[in-house]
Amino acid sequence: MSLKDKLDELHQRGLAEIKKSTDLKDVNQVRVSLLGKKGPITEVLRGMRDLDAEERPKVGAFANEIRDDLTAALTKRREELENAVLNARLANEKIDVTLPGTPVAKGEPHVIQQIIDQIEDLFLGMGYQVLSGPEVEEDKYNFEMMNLPKNHPARDMQDTFYITKEILMRTQTSPMQARTLETHDFSQGPLKMISPGVVYRRDTDDPTHSHQFHQVEGLVIDKHITMADLKGTLQVLAHELFGDKFDVRLRPSYFPFTEPSVEADITCFNCGGKGCKVCKNTGWIEVLGAGMVHPNVLKMAGVDPDVYGGFAFGVGPDRFAMLKYGVDDIRNFYLNDVRFLTQFTKKG
Amino acid sequence: MKISYNWIKEYLDLNVKPADLAEKIERTSVEVDDVVKPSDGLKKIVVGHVLAIEAHPDSDHLHICQVDVGEDEPLQIVCGAPNIAKGQMVIVALPGSRIADNVKIKKSKMRGIPSAGMICALQEIGFSDDVVPKDYVDGIYVLPADATPGDDVYDYLGMNDSLIDLDVTPNRGDMLSLNGTLRDLAAIYDQPVTLDQPEVKETGAAIADQLAIHANADLAPQYRMRLVKQVKIAPSPMWLQIRLWNADYRPINNVVDITNYIMLKYGQPLHAFDYDKFAGQDVYVRNAKAGEKLTTLDEGEHDLDEHDIVIADDQAPIALAGVMGGLTTSITDETTTVAIEAAVFEHDHIRKAAQRHNLHTDASQRFERGVNRAGVQDALDAAAELMTNLADGAVQAGTVIGSDNVPKPTVIPLSLAHVNAVLGTDLELAKVVHILESLGFTVTTAGEDMTVTVPIRRNDIHIPADLLEEIARIYGYDDLPTTLPTGRMTMGTLTSAQKLMRSTRHSLEGLGLNQAISYALTTTDKAKMFMMQPSEETKLAWPMSVDHAVLRMNVITGLLDDIAYNTARKVKDVALYEQGRVFYREAGNDRPSEEEHIAGAVTGTLMPAGWNQPAQDVDFYQVKGIVAAYLKDMAINGDVTYEANADIPEMHPGRTADILVHGHRIGFMGQVHPTIAKKFKIGATYVFELNLQAIIDMPKQENQYDVISRYPAITRDIAMLVPDEISNDQIVALIEKRGGAFLQSVKLFDVYDGVKVPKGKKSLAYTLTYQDKHETLVDDAVTQAFEKVEKRLQDDLGAEIR
Repeated sequence: MSLKDKLDELHQRGLAEIKKSTDLKDVNQVRVSLLGKKGPITEVLRGMRDLDAEERPKVGAFANEIRDDLTAALTKRREELENAVLNARLANEKIDVTLPGTPVAKGEPHVIQQIIDQIEDLFLGMGYQVLSGPEVEEDKYNFEMMNLPKNHPARDMQDTFYITKEILMRTQTSPMQARTLETHDFSQGPLKMISPGVVYRRDTDDPTHSHQFHQVEGLVIDKHITMADLKGTLQVLAHELFGDKFDVRLRPSYFPFTEPSVEADITCFNCGGKGCKVCKNTGWIEVLGAGMVHPNVLKMAGVDPDVYGGFAFGVGPDRFAMLKYGVDDIRNFYLNDVRFLTQFTKKG
Repeated sequence: MKISYNWIKEYLDLNVKPADLAEKIERTSVEVDDVVKPSDGLKKIVVGHVLAIEAHPDSDHLHICQVDVGEDEPLQIVCGAPNIAKGQMVIVALPGSRIADNVKIKKSKMRGIPSAGMICALQEIGFSDDVVPKDYVDGIYVLPADATPGDDVYDYLGMNDSLIDLDVTPNRGDMLSLNGTLRDLAAIYDQPVTLDQPEVKETGAAIADQLAIHANADLAPQYRMRLVKQVKIAPSPMWLQIRLWNADYRPINNVVDITNYIMLKYGQPLHAFDYDKFAGQDVYVRNAKAGEKLTTLDEGEHDLDEHDIVIADDQAPIALAGVMGGLTTSITDETTTVAIEAAVFEHDHIRKAAQRHNLHTDASQRFERGVNRAGVQDALDAAAELMTNLADGAVQAGTVIGSDNVPKPTVIPLSLAHVNAVLGTDLELAKVVHILESLGFTVTTAGEDMTVTVPIRRNDIHIPADLLEEIARIYGYDDLPTTLPTGRMTMGTLTSAQKLMRSTRHSLEGLGLNQAISYALTTTDKAKMFMMQPSEETKLAWPMSVDHAVLRMNVITGLLDDIAYNTARKVKDVALYEQGRVFYREAGNDRPSEEEHIAGAVTGTLMPAGWNQPAQDVDFYQVKGIVAAYLKDMAINGDVTYEANADIPEMHPGRTADILVHGHRIGFMGQVHPTIAKKFKIGATYVFELNLQAIIDMPKQENQYDVISRYPAITRDIAMLVPDEISNDQIVALIEKRGGAFLQSVKLFDVYDGVKVPKGKKSLAYTLTYQDKHETLVDDAVTQAFEKVEKRLQDDLGAEIR
């Protein structure tokens, strides 16, 4: 039998043994027995010195070929067996992916805070500052400088918690108009601000009244601000809070600190304007009060109404939240039932 | 105020439905609360003629009536009304009809007698008790004798009219009348309107010989009277009664009804006195004197003082001016001579009087808003004219005028440029002038400058801005352009304080707390619990309830109220935080200062139980973890330390820590004292409250990059027994101080004080991590440093290294 034949036979036998091996230990044994230093291939190669110088490289190359092939076959077999072991283990590790995830502690912002943040972000984007004022106010800022002198009948529209004759819980965020106008330096640019905050009214709490609620005041004063600008601004606000398909309409109204004064309605969210119980069949829902700042308000704050003018508006985040989500009792916002607080979590 | 659609149509040629008219008014003039057609919802209610009536055999009050309802045969109807009588024209709800409140009427039997329908009272077809004439309040209503049996009753009773309920703002007193509404509508629909002009027939003697008025013109800028003699008191004709009840007034008698009717039409409150009851012939308009008393028409008794304006005769007050007349001089069935008062009283006095005596009448409401001082005589004349027409009265010659103070009309300069600049419009001069003229204003122009003269009745118009509103609303807000402000750029950014407040909220939400917003007004008790600094309380002068009477000086109690609310509703796991103000007041100051605080409260479990994790009740260290993570987020520049504090009365003395930054106390945390928890009816609750303003004001760390060492770290564990009173803080501080240059961190990994530890001692174990940023540490160096620490712990703290 020639060396080549011997090698052929070794090759075939080796492949058969590799195929037969059933675990990694077998594979290792086969490797040692075939390719080890005392193995048959080494032995065959040792017999090469008896060959012709011409034959030697050919047989050498052939032997290397066979060794490589066996090595590859061994590696492949080992991987196959390893994979089988891994797969068996993984099959064992199977879990029920439908079991619930491990709970994590997670808190949510208050729904009114969400609306205030949304309003703030909108107006920040339009170049407004956000200012906050005192909740315990002077009569002077809350009323007098808002063109509501002491005997003004419109004071009856707002029931006030007084602390002393001159000190009160602010009934509106409007005093921030007077406070800001007093200090704003118009040479540095126009005044554009919103002022969110808590306000108080002397009301008995019931589903539609709360002695504490929120307002966001808005004020823009410059040399060329128009009522059309007010209309546009309120439209942007309505679109931001309720969506693009909501229209805004203005109606005449009365506030002592604006002239002209308007109330703004938006398309009824419930019926889309067709008319329903919620909007008393008008298709519209009243959402905020606004107007062009009354010259007296400017004058009292030391701003020349012949040069400067602008608009102001006041919106109620509580009312917005009630409308937007159909919350039927304003007290829900202040009783902080966790089951209520955690309903407003959609952020996507 | 309810205004009649039909009445409006008598003066204006409007081709609009009532609902559309109402919407137009709402969008152009004043708010509309409601539009109601009284006959809506009613069905098959007709005139019936009572042909015969006999007593019910089995009842002492029912009658069996044969009623002609325009059909071939009369209907038999059983009726229980005490005032039913043969020959009456009555309101019949036929079988199959619908009456008020959607009630269906069917054929039935009453005590065995078949009854085909029902004879109705006005209340049963939707009238309010308050407007039904007194004679018919307790029985059926009797229609005029000329009504036709079988006809629908609605037209006889004015029920097919539509009533538009106006919610008039305080500035538009002029809209509290038919005439004012007509004038506005004339402008809105751009139509001329002609209002009625009264024509008085004076048939009596000169009034000057019969009556004298002494009026203080400061109190009553206008005060006039007419005298009507030989008046015959009777019910008013139907048309007048309908006008009144459709406007929510009860018809009383012709004289009183006329005064109410004229008020509705002209907006001028009138009062009718029984002249014969006057003591003397002199009438005074003056301040009341202390000690004077007056019984008003409603039989209310009032103690008067010098702030009240009264009408008085020679002896005593006979009316509370502008609010309500007195009982002694009121119109009765026996009255024959009527003194009609038409006046304008100073609005501020009236407002206060109405408040002081708690008498808010339609008259006082109008005087408070201002009544047209130029229209007093017209209204007075119109009333006198009607007293001739409807009560056969003889109007005495002339009017006694006590005061006649008419202000000069307001004249306002207005430029077209200003109109367009403020409204954002591009209106032409002619358009603006036309709008103003359609409202009854007089306009003269010079180039594009206008001079506008305002009629006296529009007492709400004083300055150009007032005219702009008139122009804008009549032009139509829908037609205004929609733009955004332009001009110099402004930056819209949050201040660093505002940013920190937002970060605070986001941080605490990320740590598992829900934002709460509680009431800032609370009880005296709660206001002063958990206080972080001494302060006077700030009380409301007139609280609505004791629950909300005092301004809070802590945020925690609000959160405990919230937890109590949840607990009462079986919600056991509650984790809340609140960012809000507390109100501290110094003695001697009326006004408190306001400080931003942040507080949290957790009860039950923070991490909800899951199928793979047990519920773990919240404890001190979980809340401390939240506070620590939050303060780390806020990056305050300075060490945060926690010192035990056993002295906050509302807190558990052994489980409360002050929170200090750089040695400065910014708040506290720990467990609410069990007795306080019990008071709130809540379980074990852990809380914290921090002075957020202090956190805002403190210097902050900047983020900075630190090279991550490429060289391996070496750790050494150390376990020791120390006396109980040695705190973790002391040990860590010592290790850090003595740990050497390469000590990177000290981490507590075990605390044990179980049975294997001697009494009075506890076992603590720490991992110390050493690392050199520049080269690989040699073991020897670490061992040396470690041994030094061990020795110090033994020497300084009496630790027993294990």
